[in-house]
Amino acid sequence: MNLLSGDPPRGRALAALLALIVVILALAPFLFPGAKSLNVAATILIYALLVASYDLLLGYTGIVSFAHVMFYGVGAYGVAIALYGLGPGWGALLIGVAAALPVSAALALAIGLFSLRVQTIFFAMVTLAAASAFNVLASQLDWLTGGEDGRSFQVPAALRPGFHLVSGRVFGAEINGRMISYYLVFAACALLFLALLRVVNSPFGRVLQAIRENPFRAEALGYRIVYHRTLATCLSAIVASLAGALNAIWQHYVGPDTALNLSIQIDVLVMVVIGGMGSLYGAIAGAALFVIARNYLQGLLGALSAAAAGAGLTLIAGLLHPDRWLMWLGLMFILAVYFVPTGIVGRLRAEDKGSG
Amino acid sequence: MSALLTLSGVHTHIGRYHILQGVDLDAPEGKTTMLLGRNGAGKTTTLRTIMGLWRASAGTVTFAGQALAPLATPAIARAGISYVPETMAVFSDLTVRENFILAARDGPLDDARLQWIFGFFPALKKFWLSRAGSLSGGQKQMLSIARAIVEPRRLLLIDEPTKGLAPAIVGGLIECLREIKRAGVAILLVEQNFRVAQEIGDEVRVMDNGRIVHEGPMAALAADGALQNRLLGLSLDAHQ
Amino acid sequence: MSAIEKSGDIGAALPRRKIDFAPALLPFLIALVAAPLIGSTSTFVTLTFASLAMGLMLFTMASGFTLVFGLMDVLNFGHGAFISIGAYMATLVFAPLILWSQAGSLGLNLGVIFLAVAVAAIVCGALGLVFERLLVRPVYGQHLKQILVTTGGLIVVEQLLYALFGPDTIPLALPTALRGAFVIGDAAIEKFRLLAVIVGLVIFAGLSLTLNYTKIGLLIRAGVENREMVEALGYRINRLFLAVFMAGSALAGLGGVLWALYREQVHASVGESLTVLIFIVVITGGLGSIGGCFLGATLVALVANYAGFLAPKIALVSNIALMVAVLLWRPRGLYPAGGR
Repeated sequence: MNLLSGDPPRGRALAALLALIVVILALAPFLFPGAKSLNVAATILIYALLVASYDLLLGYTGIVSFAHVMFYGVGAYGVAIALYGLGPGWGALLIGVAAALPVSAALALAIGLFSLRVQTIFFAMVTLAAASAFNVLASQLDWLTGGEDGRSFQVPAALRPGFHLVSGRVFGAEINGRMISYYLVFAACALLFLALLRVVNSPFGRVLQAIRENPFRAEALGYRIVYHRTLATCLSAIVASLAGALNAIWQHYVGPDTALNLSIQIDVLVMVVIGGMGSLYGAIAGAALFVIARNYLQGLLGALSAAAAGAGLTLIAGLLHPDRWLMWLGLMFILAVYFVPTGIVGRLRAEDKGSG
Repeated sequence: MSALLTLSGVHTHIGRYHILQGVDLDAPEGKTTMLLGRNGAGKTTTLRTIMGLWRASAGTVTFAGQALAPLATPAIARAGISYVPETMAVFSDLTVRENFILAARDGPLDDARLQWIFGFFPALKKFWLSRAGSLSGGQKQMLSIARAIVEPRRLLLIDEPTKGLAPAIVGGLIECLREIKRAGVAILLVEQNFRVAQEIGDEVRVMDNGRIVHEGPMAALAADGALQNRLLGLSLDAHQ
Repeated sequence: MSAIEKSGDIGAALPRRKIDFAPALLPFLIALVAAPLIGSTSTFVTLTFASLAMGLMLFTMASGFTLVFGLMDVLNFGHGAFISIGAYMATLVFAPLILWSQAGSLGLNLGVIFLAVAVAAIVCGALGLVFERLLVRPVYGQHLKQILVTTGGLIVVEQLLYALFGPDTIPLALPTALRGAFVIGDAAIEKFRLLAVIVGLVIFAGLSLTLNYTKIGLLIRAGVENREMVEALGYRINRLFLAVFMAGSALAGLGGVLWALYREQVHASVGESLTVLIFIVVITGGLGSIGGCFLGATLVALVANYAGFLAPKIALVSNIALMVAVLLWRPRGLYPAGGR
């Protein structure tokens, strides 16, 4: 229990689902040797971490921020710029990460302190504006960030697909740089997730929840709301940056579309709601569902759309076109907020209680 | 004397808190009924429940034969009830005149009535076109009450009108309430100030822990120091 | 002498209500600072006039959002959807009336624009009703859910527009008589921008008059302060909410038409991209206040145009900087409506 900081995923169905997801992810290179499937697995890992860091802010502290992707971008670009500028070495990688973290923390601090001055209502809107500005800034500083085109770079030798640790196949898969990369991402995400679990189950985490429930009472009890909220924002930002760094390492590429776009923020919102706010396990469930759906549902939509077009139903074909994936996502999202506000986690726990 | 307003077994929950725990209350027509009790007894909650601002979780509220509990606040107000909240709730960004216009739901302001109101509260006439937010506390209280009587109503619910007011102003308030009563309006008045309660109250209901623990004519309570002490933790002598 | 007269209450003079001038001077301050940096008078005039036009269009689009928030305490992150819808309505009206738009007659040109604006306003108002009932009503009082649900609504509407009209940008040509500019010296006053200014001022006047001189306006202003008390006075404020929401959506649609003509193109992403700017306008101006919204829009437009000319790379950032600076000075915005 200490590994999970005393916060197991209460509920048999939920625990089973999570265990399944984790096991599949752990064995992914051996279960799904194809590049696309491995990419899906790595994306799930990274998003799960990103969403968990966002849930720390949203679900546990009760802060709605639209600037979370900013921190993700800082981490990604930090690694990209370092590896691009300093060459593909482990040292450069570490420098990139080490440089990105303080930047994120500083931005988080600035936003946190600024939120003091303005009403909470404004906060969401202000963060949206800040994120947009950051996005534009990144595009403008194209000498540094590669502008609209982003940055392609090389990763340290051990992480490249061409690198082989062991010759031949082991359990049907090559032990190459790609697999090493994958397990690096897996290990990092797992560790950071467990660290977050520790944070939310610590006294600090309890105070955050108290503040979320009733700020006035928390303040009356003597907890410094400012301190706690700001620290939560900084922690959340740092983890998001690390998720961004991992994404950069995995993709060998960073660009505004993959690391800074508002649509990523929307995706995070969707995942956190679908998974379940206020429970870190929701991040895992939500990320898994979302990424799988996004990758494979688009294919499904394409097939349906073609069928409708063939039947002469042009309007329906248009609505079902895979490019309109976002509309269906949006609809599911709205329905989830109304009918499943506690997300997958809440649903599974409730059903367990009902049947148990 | 028939009861204009009757509460029967009213319970109100606010979140997890069970504030009203079975209130049985009647306010007779044309009389001023005082609602007394310690802080936290549930007096304000009772008024708000009658007004529909908080939903009763059980029990019935009947006004002139009509059930109020299922109605929304605007409908309750339209049934002929005016509410003067503890916070006065004057619209600060609006002028005194505009506050009056809003209160005059059924038509334009009646000049005769206005003059009658100005008789009690000359300050309102003087600051007719000033922003209500710039009035003093006492003037805001006057405005709040005046708003409730801009048009004739059958029942006034008034929550602690004299709180924080200078004694001289309180005197004027009492005069005003007396005249309103003379006009045949029933008043349910929450008041902490026992002297005021004694001066204008016909009937008294005392609340404690979300229930009515005493009811009867005001005169009887006023004469019984020991009873006052037991119910309200004070005696008339000590309070003067 | 009655007790009240004795108390000296009447004798005491009311404190003079300080009219808060400082914020209203900000646009002039900014213009003053920018003028020497810009250098040429004609450019300054052109830019300033362009700001006026942009500001009034932003005001039109943002006024609905700020009123809805001020009155209903509802954060409608999907407000931009109506801007997009309005823009597409313009294409629907312009297409069959292409002859009107291409004619040299100002009358016909204004006619087609007026029709487009009317159709956009009516359609968006009606859709506002649907939006409010379906999405907003179930989440009254829950800000977080409002943000989530209305953001979802924005995305769905945007995608729906792509499905219906295609994902490409649709060009929208300005009517003939409104192309070009009046040239005064070296300064260019674009004709369409002049129209936008006039329309914007009419709307501002209309909103102000309604708010200050009608009973409905009274109800809105009172409701912004204390919804409960307005209900306790016997008014069914829910209907008022709905009316305000529909009006706000209609105004957004109207603004969408103007903006589409201004940019001479229509694309569903316009709602999303303007959302940030509208937030900045509303936060800077103060939530719930028309005057504040007007001032906020003017400031944002001025900064956007001057910065766009002087240092294009930092144009958006400069607007954020404006917002941050204003909030540090006045945490609730320049002219927030009472209460909140």
